[in-house]
Amino acid sequence: MTVARFPEAAALQELFGEQVLSMRTGSDEHLYLVTGGPDIRGIVEHLRRDHGARIVTVFAEDRRSEDGAFFNYYVFEQFGNPQYLILCAPVHPENPEFPSLSAEIPAVNWQEREMQDWFGLKAVGHPNPRRVAMHDNWPDVHPLLKDFPLRTPLPRFEGERHIYRPAMGEGVLQVPVGPVHAGIIEPGHFSFAVAGEPILYLQLRMFYTHKGTEKLFENLPVHKAVFLAESISGDSSFSHGTAFCQAIERASDIDVPRSALLTRTIFLELERIYNHVADIGAIATDVGFVVANAHASRLREMLFTLNEHLSGSRLLRGVVCVGGVRRAWQSGQQNMLRNAVDAFESEFDDLVALIYSSDSTRDRLEHTGILRPEKAKDLGIVGVGGRASGIDLDVRRDHPYAAYDQFAFRVPVYQAGDVWHRMQVRIDEVKESVGILKSATEQNLYGTHCAVPRPIPPDRCAISSVEGWRGEIIHWVRTGPGNRLERCKVKDPSLNNWPALVEAVQGNIIADFPVINKSFNLSYSGTDR
Amino acid sequence: MFKIIQQTVRTGIVTTTYPATPADVPAFFRGKPVFDFERWQDARPAGEVCPTQAISVLDNGDQRTVTVDYGRCVFCGLCAEAGPDQAVRVTRDFELATHKRDYLVVTADYQLNPDGTHGELLGVSTREDDVETAGRTTQTAIHKLLGRSLAIRQVDAGSCNGCELEIVALNNPIYDIERFGIHFVASPRHADMLLVTGPVTRNMELALLKTFRATPDPKVVVAVGACGISGGIFGESYASLGGVEKVLPVDVYIPGCPPRPQALLHGILLAVGRLAEK
Repeated sequence: MTVARFPEAAALQELFGEQVLSMRTGSDEHLYLVTGGPDIRGIVEHLRRDHGARIVTVFAEDRRSEDGAFFNYYVFEQFGNPQYLILCAPVHPENPEFPSLSAEIPAVNWQEREMQDWFGLKAVGHPNPRRVAMHDNWPDVHPLLKDFPLRTPLPRFEGERHIYRPAMGEGVLQVPVGPVHAGIIEPGHFSFAVAGEPILYLQLRMFYTHKGTEKLFENLPVHKAVFLAESISGDSSFSHGTAFCQAIERASDIDVPRSALLTRTIFLELERIYNHVADIGAIATDVGFVVANAHASRLREMLFTLNEHLSGSRLLRGVVCVGGVRRAWQSGQQNMLRNAVDAFESEFDDLVALIYSSDSTRDRLEHTGILRPEKAKDLGIVGVGGRASGIDLDVRRDHPYAAYDQFAFRVPVYQAGDVWHRMQVRIDEVKESVGILKSATEQNLYGTHCAVPRPIPPDRCAISSVEGWRGEIIHWVRTGPGNRLERCKVKDPSLNNWPALVEAVQGNIIADFPVINKSFNLSYSGTDR
Repeated sequence: MFKIIQQTVRTGIVTTTYPATPADVPAFFRGKPVFDFERWQDARPAGEVCPTQAISVLDNGDQRTVTVDYGRCVFCGLCAEAGPDQAVRVTRDFELATHKRDYLVVTADYQLNPDGTHGELLGVSTREDDVETAGRTTQTAIHKLLGRSLAIRQVDAGSCNGCELEIVALNNPIYDIERFGIHFVASPRHADMLLVTGPVTRNMELALLKTFRATPDPKVVVAVGACGISGGIFGESYASLGGVEKVLPVDVYIPGCPPRPQALLHGILLAVGRLAEK
């Protein structure tokens, strides 16, 4: 990997003058670049064009009472550079506006609109500045403002929830689906415009499960907030829990013991494979191959049982904590893990062989729901969906955490971007994860499982990232006094990836929508928070 | 085709016999925490660590009321690790579903020592004992109506999707809920039961109500998980209304975070009066 560096402050000051105020190193994980005002378009353009930087996430913070301004944060990463660069742009409360980047960088579309909804900041020049996080019937409130209490009672639902763009033309029909779906899945509304069978255009309405999570983080002591992090997206409990704990550990300089880092790695991989196996089965079901799903769900159950034997929780909840993990390895558990991984590996090979042996399954999945690499890049797609469309990102490799620097693994990347390859990425990743788990069980897992707890220093910021099974999970925190948080920004990979679904379904028949949707399998709760 | 059949035969039958025989739960499984109220010297450490205020401590003069609410519990086990007196013990009991919200609540009253620890235990009130008698009359009626074949419509009113993972597992070959003649349907119009996870978000309230109205009578509503029962860790806020009962009449509550598949099965069978069958 080539060693990439972000430009020095002096070089940027030469280019942008007073707009670049200062640069400081937050920690090994991140650099801060403070700008003179909200207009950062030139710097962003420079970073992207001349330094190959990718925008990871955009969010805001209400610092009016401390610093007299809002702050917008723009997080960048560079291929081959483990450090994030965070642009920190003050927005004056007298003129609560910032220039939108969405026209140039569609990846930040929803995130900029969240900043409008939650902070009342205006994204000037946004091509579609409508509400996103709060439905159209919400009163004019901005919940992440510091002077908005968490339990503010709001009037009950009334009026229009969301106005969709009409689909017009001879033979064009609009098919509304949701928010309550036919299967056992989460709520969201899809409005399809179809001409005959093919889908012309899909409009999404999300945030039905918006639970005020980011506001709630500011109202809980840190040790309870760990449980909130686990509830951001239930199928990623351990990944989100770990991302959160890592952020707190970095903010408070807590050294996590070696054994705990290994344990986290093991559980992160177990979470990845139980979800991947379930998705492989679900994709098979959606094209009528239910036998494969019966085996896949049996394998998932095997892993759930293993999780429970190792941690006490089938979904690996209540395991991670600030400083490490809650429990040390007991005698016999390491052997149990080793045997279970071996048994799983051979069963998984059988499952894959079964799926490969079905030509009709392959026929249905190939060339279905194509997301082209250039679209994926524009939309900032991450994770499984990105890697199937040529986006070579994996936080485990790019920003190593837990014990990933001790393991060799391959990051599968394909260019075809269809459902088959999204399944193939999962199959490859399960095999890599099995490899990681096998070499982890060769190591000595015993030892201190948690650092000694200590008070969390106030007003420290930290960023943390985890490659959840869906992709890049980001948590950014600012600590407050009394073991509490001033702000916790959470970005689930689903938030970037929903627009990918809109692209991928175009031109496909509506009957293939379920399998295309499943091939991304995004988290509604992770998106909506 | 031959390969598919071969693999199926080789796998054999994997379906559990629960509830006919007790569930085989691992030793580390964190189920219902039980409280030795006599022994409990101080409830405050447990109350402080509880992430969802399932344990609350209310002092009034020289008396203290400790309330334990299994409808809020996320079964993290922190209470058992807090405090030196070892009065809280995590058991493997998961069959916690009940008909009434207050059956999930236990309160204990103590005389208070000057240093804030517990003096004499004045009384423990639990309504668990009433379960059998109170439920029985309605049970027979429900069993008659819905006790054979049952169609369930699952509604996610705002959950984190953890409950959905376990509900999906009811359809796998291990738990195979269809062996009871119970199946999940795609429309509320085909349903006898709404299996609701939550907290109910502001954005889902209307959709939940509409789903309820679309479900023909007679129907039962089951609230699933700590969030579905009480709002769980999300509680009540600008975005969350709290538990399902804030919007719909609830017939059965299934605690858990999420409830394991056997616990869901137990609650569903309880709701239609079929538990005695085992």
